[in-house]
Amino acid sequence: MSRAERSVPAPLLIPAVVAVAFLVLPLVGLLVRTPWSGLWPQLTAPGVGEALRLSLVSATLATAVSLVLGVPLAWVLARSRIRGRGLLRALVTVPLVLPPVVGGVALFLVLGRQGIVGRWLDEAFGITIPFTTTAVVIAETFVAMPFLVISVEGALRAADARFEDAAATLGADRWTTFRRVTLPLVAPGIAAGAVLCWARALGEFGATITFAGNFPGTTQTMPLAVYLALQRDPEAAIVLSLVLLAVSLATLLLLRGRWLGRSGAGAVP
Amino acid sequence: MSLAADVRVRRGAVHVELAVDVPAGSVLAVLGPNGAGKSTLLRVLAGLLPPDGGRVEVDGEPWDDVSAGVHLPAHRRRLGMVFQDYLLFPHLTVLDNVAFGLRTRGAGRREARAGAAEWLARVELGDLAARRPGQLSGGQAQRVALARALAGDPALLLLDEPLSALDARTRLTVRAELRRHLGAFGGATVLVTHDPVDAMALADRVLVVEDGRVVQAGPPAEVARRPRTDYVARLVGLALLPGTGEGTSVRLDGGGRVAVAEQAAGPVLVAVRPESVALWPERPAGSPRNTWPVRLTGATPHGATVRCELDGEVPLLADVTAAAFAELGLAPGMQLWATVKASEVTVYAR
Repeated sequence: MSRAERSVPAPLLIPAVVAVAFLVLPLVGLLVRTPWSGLWPQLTAPGVGEALRLSLVSATLATAVSLVLGVPLAWVLARSRIRGRGLLRALVTVPLVLPPVVGGVALFLVLGRQGIVGRWLDEAFGITIPFTTTAVVIAETFVAMPFLVISVEGALRAADARFEDAAATLGADRWTTFRRVTLPLVAPGIAAGAVLCWARALGEFGATITFAGNFPGTTQTMPLAVYLALQRDPEAAIVLSLVLLAVSLATLLLLRGRWLGRSGAGAVP
Repeated sequence: MSLAADVRVRRGAVHVELAVDVPAGSVLAVLGPNGAGKSTLLRVLAGLLPPDGGRVEVDGEPWDDVSAGVHLPAHRRRLGMVFQDYLLFPHLTVLDNVAFGLRTRGAGRREARAGAAEWLARVELGDLAARRPGQLSGGQAQRVALARALAGDPALLLLDEPLSALDARTRLTVRAELRRHLGAFGGATVLVTHDPVDAMALADRVLVVEDGRVVQAGPPAEVARRPRTDYVARLVGLALLPGTGEGTSVRLDGGGRVAVAEQAAGPVLVAVRPESVALWPERPAGSPRNTWPVRLTGATPHGATVRCELDGEVPLLADVTAAAFAELGLAPGMQLWATVKASEVTVYAR
């Protein structure tokens, strides 16, 4: 690459620098304000560990549910020729753009004790969902699953479908082909989608607080704890935020090979 | 294990209507330009594309019968297919690639691997069993793909441009090996190619397809000697001129006359090999009977020779050595004289 190609024109360079500052400065501020000496007591304070554990468990469960339901859905969107596929994809993507609070309200209306499905669950089985850990998992799944579906669908589209033709000529039916050929071929895409989905579930706030409430130990996840702490003990909020930031950075590291690595690949000599 | 098929498929602009008949143990080459419908035919035979009409029958068993509503899906057909770029599963070892078809057809893991190892030995790749497809050369990948296709003991073997991804030198050896394996295979083989040499070397019968239709069928030597269309002629290097025989000369449909050595009558095709055409900057003295003014419209290096496309009353192809091409100072657009000895012109009835 020559020097001339590497130089960036000022009208592009200046906004780009401002954008970087805008994105990075708040994080730097967080690190600057962190009470490093009081870190350990804050982390071990009652409730923090609980919130962190609840967050990790519910995000992992939401990711598991998303994998079990979302991968088949992605396959249907990418491979099947059923009618109304475009509409189906649009419906699936709605939670991506929907304000999470609205999602929470909608879930409450359906699964709440007076909801269409919720009333039946209550009457038939005595099951109540809102304000339980189950509700947290449901809210997170609702918000995060589309991320998984979209990235797995993209991976499926990018994968060469002719491998599936080859499997068919070797006597494999569609289910066998899916298990033994398609799934291994798109495994990296599924992994990336799962990490993305997990990160989104971990940060979920709006739908969770609306549908599951904010009960320490059962529904108070990390983001909820941060928000609450900010009102009475800002230092605790900073520490909790720091934990979430660390988790996010770890997620980014996991995805590094996939996203950061790809754009950087061209620069490698 | 014979194949009889007569299918119709509409794919966009191409309307494919082909009938093929392949006895057990024989190889049919389907030869044609890109977009002629060759691959569509293979996909129909494989069950990957349901035909719009017609039937496909193997050993008398219907695999497709549109009027009776029969369509056997690909995975239930006893076939093997070698794809143009082989499509070896990148996440499986060479051994597991070959074992794949045995596993899906009910063999246990150990049994399938034993069978696969046997096939790998047969294509002389036994020591590469543990490799991934990405670590193979083109020729090796081709042999693995063939082993994978044949391992399931298919009744029908389909080869889609099996040699086109290989470089010229590898192609030579792989072609000879492929010929040996096809000779040992008891089922019917359909080979799709746009390379006439593959067709000539591997097939018992050649079907030339253009625009979804058969334009010529016959044994390879016959097709090479007596091409029926311009495309086939160009493939095998002949200029093909339709005309009417009048004793020892032929009046061409496009104008002009060609002197021939044999007696000819009625509608005929005149075939002129490019190497028998000589080019002159001036009208040669004591001219042979076949002398035409021509214009050089194109030149393509073709090994040690340059194939020249000539336009004029009689359109021709001429092969001249690269040295002669330079010596004559040939360039597209030049006016030249072309001569051909009457004894070097082939003529046959249309």
